[in-house]
Amino acid sequence: MTLTDVAPPQPRTSVAPRRRARGPASRRQLTAWMFLAPSLIVLVAFTLYPMAQAVYLSLTDYNLIKAAQFIGLDNYVELVSDPAFWNAFWNTVLYAAVVTPVTVVLALLFAVMLNQAFFGRTFVRTAIFLPFIVSLGIIAIAWSFLLDPNIGLLSYWLGQIGIVTEQGWLTDPRFAMPAVMMVGVWKFVGFYMVIYLAGLQSIPADLYEAAKIDGTNPWQRFRNVTLPLLSNQTLLVSVLALIATLQAFDQIYVMTRGGPFFTTETLVMLIYREGFQELRFGYASAISFVLLIFVFILSMVQYGWQRRRAVTY
Amino acid sequence: MATTMERANTRVIDVRDRRRLTLYRASKWLLAIVAIIIALLMLLPIIWLTLTAFKPEADIVTYPPTLWPRQFTLEHFVEVWERIPFAQLYVNTIIFAGGVTIISLFLDSMAAYALARLPFRGRGVVMVLILILLMLPFQVTLIPLYDMLNGLGLTNTLPGLIIPRMTNAFGIFFLTQFFLSLPRDLEEAARVDGASEWRIYRQVILPLAKPALLTLGLFHFQYNWNDLLWPLVMSSSLETSTLPAGLALFMGQHVVEYGLLMAGSLLALLPVIVFFLLIQRSFVAGIATTGLK
Repeated sequence: MTLTDVAPPQPRTSVAPRRRARGPASRRQLTAWMFLAPSLIVLVAFTLYPMAQAVYLSLTDYNLIKAAQFIGLDNYVELVSDPAFWNAFWNTVLYAAVVTPVTVVLALLFAVMLNQAFFGRTFVRTAIFLPFIVSLGIIAIAWSFLLDPNIGLLSYWLGQIGIVTEQGWLTDPRFAMPAVMMVGVWKFVGFYMVIYLAGLQSIPADLYEAAKIDGTNPWQRFRNVTLPLLSNQTLLVSVLALIATLQAFDQIYVMTRGGPFFTTETLVMLIYREGFQELRFGYASAISFVLLIFVFILSMVQYGWQRRRAVTY
Repeated sequence: MATTMERANTRVIDVRDRRRLTLYRASKWLLAIVAIIIALLMLLPIIWLTLTAFKPEADIVTYPPTLWPRQFTLEHFVEVWERIPFAQLYVNTIIFAGGVTIISLFLDSMAAYALARLPFRGRGVVMVLILILLMLPFQVTLIPLYDMLNGLGLTNTLPGLIIPRMTNAFGIFFLTQFFLSLPRDLEEAARVDGASEWRIYRQVILPLAKPALLTLGLFHFQYNWNDLLWPLVMSSSLETSTLPAGLALFMGQHVVEYGLLMAGSLLALLPVIVFFLLIQRSFVAGIATTGLK
């Protein structure tokens, strides 16, 4: 025991077991698997198996009622030539390409602002973070009401300053996408702000003192001290935001159902429509694979970055 | 720090410094005003929702719309229980989110205990499996999962909603990381005394892991309370839905009844908001630290 106490925690896990393994080794093994069993059974049955099943279903024609019929790559062939798929694909790319940078930049600005002491700071922090806590599925109802062309306060205010849409924000093909994007930014900006705030608080104050003595202005200090030292947070937040935007669904389902004219139909919205409304389970599974590939690539980027970071620290 | 120092020196500094101090104070107030305006804009949907819930229907449809009610009423709060199976939705949501949270914390921590504290052959394989599942978007398994539960007759039921979420790769990963950081001494002492692994897990590790369990529990609770897609897919009727899905379904059928919808929404959001305001500190700290790990 004294020996293992001196050793750092890392090697201990590999040294201690060998010593113990000579004793009741098989019993220890069994205990470990007993602890794991409930979780593993659930994960295998309800995540891993459905995952494999999704691969198979994407190669079939299946509508829940009739038995699945194997059709090879036909779903994927159809996908490539399906304008609805490409529409959802590009909508998702557009949504992610706008919402991700806007959210990240706003989160950084808010974090820098809220890192200073001023009257009411706690209230402001809570207010910005609160949207992350509440259900987007529920609050999107209030958003669609705010944007209602006849009785919505926000469309009234926007009308007062000259921004008018005759059809209503959510039914006008030009404005529906910006509207759901705005709600997406609104929901997540506080979450990323908190990550940035944690990063800001880990920057040593003497770096700023030193920069001040060198006669730098606030912008130069932000540009040359804050930003580079937050690059870890920026990468993390960007990848998290990208993954989240690729899965956008809640506010779109509530506010527009993918309309008008499919201008807000994202990949997840299309999976829902093809799968649970048109009952084309095989085809919807094929679409979900496109999403999987996206998220997988992004996760790999993040994982690779975390490993690199673990080495340098 | 800077302000107290400056205040102490005010008497001896010259006019230029005094002007800089005034400028500094003015900029602080400007910052506060800008920040509070941003905060109010962020809160606008929640404020609007709250105030609208108290407006009579006639006030809601009056043009131009106003933020502040011209007249207050509680009729929507009374009506919502009759028009929507609202009590049922509430109970469903509490059982779903609460049930998933409790069961998942239990199963996650057991698995994490094995992965972090009990050396065994195959640990590497299990860890890789967890990492892969961590990256998997939930939507990919949605269709086969629905199909499977439908085959078992579990669609439109609470067990159907809960069972697939009884454990969670993120939870296992999160707790494994935390358990790895705990000191070994207590556990070794208990082992020497002849305590079983189950006892060590329950009486040594779990009490030590309270902050991590609390943070993860909040994650689970908030995620499931708020989830829309899964309950929407799993239940086709209002009676078996949760609050987000139930209200969305109701909105799809009765778009015009905004007073009712806002009252229902407010009642559905309230527990999460109150809960959050109470434990705000640890929740935000939990996010900040896990986000950086």
